[in-house]
Amino acid sequence: MLKLRGKAQVHNASLEMPRLLRVTSREDLPTSMRSKYALLIPIDHHASSAASEGFASILVPGAGVAVDELPGLSNSKNVFLLSEDFQYLAEGDIVRLNPESGNVSTVFRKNTPNNSILLTERCNHLCLMCSQPPKDVDDTWLLEDAFALVRMIPTDTPNIGFTGGEPTTYGNRFIELIETTKRNLPRTSVDVLTNGRAFKSESYAAKLGRVKHPDLQLGIPIYSDDPVRHDFIVQSEGAFDETLHGVLNLKRHGVRVEIRVVIHQQSLPRLVQTCEFIARNLLFVDHVALMGLEITGFTRANLEQLWVDPYEYRDTLSEAIEVLRAYGLSCSIYNHQLCLINDDVHDVCRQSISDWKNEFLPACDSCAKMRSCGGFFSSQVAFKHSEHIVPYAM
Amino acid sequence: MSRFQPIAFFNRQPTSSTASYDLLPFRFTELDEERYVATNLSGEYMVLPRDVLHRFAKSELNAHEPQYIELRSRHFLSDAHSKMGADLLAIKVRSRYQRLADWTGLHIFVLTLRCEHACPYCQVSRQSDDKDAFDMSREHADKAIQLALRSPNKAIKIEFQGGESFLNFELMKHVVVAAKVANSKLAEPKDLAFVAATNLAVTTDEMLAFCAEHAITISTSLDGPKDLHNKNRPRPGKDSYQRVTEGIEKARRWLGRDKVSALMTTTQASLGSVREIIDEYLAMEFQGVFLRPLSPYGFAIKTRFYRAYDAKRWLRFYDEGLDYIIELNRRGVAFREYYACTILAKMLTSADPGYVDLMSPAGIGIGAVVYNYDGAVYASDEARMLAEMGDETFKLGTVDDSFDALFTNETLLRALDESFAYSSPMCHDCAFEPWCGSDPVFHWGQQGDVVGRKPESEFCERNMHIFRGLVQRMEADPFVRRLFMKWGASC
Repeated sequence: MLKLRGKAQVHNASLEMPRLLRVTSREDLPTSMRSKYALLIPIDHHASSAASEGFASILVPGAGVAVDELPGLSNSKNVFLLSEDFQYLAEGDIVRLNPESGNVSTVFRKNTPNNSILLTERCNHLCLMCSQPPKDVDDTWLLEDAFALVRMIPTDTPNIGFTGGEPTTYGNRFIELIETTKRNLPRTSVDVLTNGRAFKSESYAAKLGRVKHPDLQLGIPIYSDDPVRHDFIVQSEGAFDETLHGVLNLKRHGVRVEIRVVIHQQSLPRLVQTCEFIARNLLFVDHVALMGLEITGFTRANLEQLWVDPYEYRDTLSEAIEVLRAYGLSCSIYNHQLCLINDDVHDVCRQSISDWKNEFLPACDSCAKMRSCGGFFSSQVAFKHSEHIVPYAM
Repeated sequence: MSRFQPIAFFNRQPTSSTASYDLLPFRFTELDEERYVATNLSGEYMVLPRDVLHRFAKSELNAHEPQYIELRSRHFLSDAHSKMGADLLAIKVRSRYQRLADWTGLHIFVLTLRCEHACPYCQVSRQSDDKDAFDMSREHADKAIQLALRSPNKAIKIEFQGGESFLNFELMKHVVVAAKVANSKLAEPKDLAFVAATNLAVTTDEMLAFCAEHAITISTSLDGPKDLHNKNRPRPGKDSYQRVTEGIEKARRWLGRDKVSALMTTTQASLGSVREIIDEYLAMEFQGVFLRPLSPYGFAIKTRFYRAYDAKRWLRFYDEGLDYIIELNRRGVAFREYYACTILAKMLTSADPGYVDLMSPAGIGIGAVVYNYDGAVYASDEARMLAEMGDETFKLGTVDDSFDALFTNETLLRALDESFAYSSPMCHDCAFEPWCGSDPVFHWGQQGDVVGRKPESEFCERNMHIFRGLVQRMEADPFVRRLFMKWGASC
């Protein structure tokens, strides 16, 4: 798994506040442009001060190197010495640098199809399996960064995602962010992960509809057709009704919606009924995703009451997909390994795990289907995965 | 102390006591001796043992019972945990009735009453006379085109009927070309489609070339294997079967294989041969069959063919056929029974496929309308069959009348109003009402009343039996449930 966040040793800090900078390796970048760029310098590369002059920052991936070993940079400002984890940084990426704390995060990677932008860690749900446990802190700076970021991301970027926490925590500012994104990235498809509850207000849904974003989709979780079970899984009373109202209002106002169902011990008992419920009541949604469990965040704390080996539920998964298909709903399976699910659903099993967290087991090396398999979350490899992983014969 | 609450915390209602809930509108009808079918307004159903239904209705169910959760999920009850039921029901009921606002989509042109077949069960009383007295005139056709295009429906289908529609091919050509021209002149041109009902006995390559050019689809008659088909459908030369099977192949070559459909009619001679009939459809590579009883009109009455078997006998035929088709699917042969598909769509989705004989409000006039060869306008195909027998009750007027006058015809509106099943005696209390329809022309013809006395109605007897049969089969066998779900959802 790639590390997107880390701490650096900073030398000659002069930036006044955290900044978003584009990463470049081009030492010959015209001086007039340099103040908006961070120059990426390989550790074995002897750059001269002249070459690095004018860049907002210098990034040097490679651990444990004192700056005096890079004589050419001793006079440079804002030199960030990064660990080896950041070797992946490349031309066109965007980083957030905090000169005071030395915190570095990669907020955009040019070479990945799925960049996800965290808007807040606040949330009105406390899902049993949350991979990003909520924190009740004022992190509005994340939103401000997102506004800046969508103006920096290259206009040919195919897709970005906004995630949380709950992005609608910001109310109208969230709608403004979607407007800003439409203006600055008109050809980029946008996925938002939200619990949809804010859209119980039809006027709020109407506002989002009026943005008329050409390629926006909201991923909204419905974990059960049983309101009690859904409320329990998200640990919030009344969530089911508000989310459903939200979905109805969004579709009333022409916003694309994907229903997301995470499969675990608590949702599994009514998975098929939940799919029937979606087919009967929400046939107008644009996509339904049945998703595997990521073993991170709260899932690790609640593993006992969540974990179920996908191999054990493979027939139920087939049945659920059969229901969705019968009704003509566009559907996918996310985060599952091909060898755990029945052949009849392989065609809807997507390689959906973000490239930076997608891994395989040693056993997978000899598998004939490895290239078409989504693989594992790093957290699954590290903490919990099925006992039934079997490579397909070459 | 965990930050997380157990599921019992969210259920709030104690396990020991009965839940507090409101009943949403539902109806129930006996399925068999122990079980009831309960349906809600949008046609979703649950099968409940008598005692559970009883306790449910008396508000004595416990919130932890699996059936309680199921009943809440399907909007039979609402409680403190969810108030969504009424909203979701409303959306689904609205979807169901949406087509009503579209108004009449199917416009049947009876191009001629002439036919070279002499089927004893002919429901339209065909004429062998080849005089022009039984052909539609160009003037009438032109007026009918204008009427058809006046319908607010965005999708207009013109169906050519007979007699044998291709015996008046000149007029068919005229209608297709003229309708297209007229349509193109509309401010908002409609999605215009054509279908020709034909026995395929007289169709030539020239005719099929024309059909291919104008995307006219074919609906033909195939009653079963050669002997049965020829017995049911006599014509000079006794070669109806040969002509229709060759015609189907030829039409498919011209039009594409999914552009040719076939219908069967059950006669007394068919009753013992449902498997052979289905096998014939398989041999002809059809994707399904529509097992249809005879309708009590035209020659079918005169020749007493209609009375040759009763509803019970026909239902045995239907059941045997349906079970055989299920068996075929179990063996991996994908094949459907289309009447079941229509009903299953109403049971398992919020769509109404709009099958004219199984709609409520009835499909007469507002689902389909017939422009007869003589310029008369009828509320349905059955209405003109009735008229050929001397009963012009459902004649709306003639093509000389205005669209407004025809479609606000007093008899039509009264029949629609009175026969609306939701408010008909007995239908109102019937759990199967959301899946059923009303057939005022049938009941008028049989009982002299557009509503009809349901205990004496063969329409009711036939459909009730089929509804029960479909539910029983789904309840008994998960394979059938999945199969039926596919049939219903893609009807």
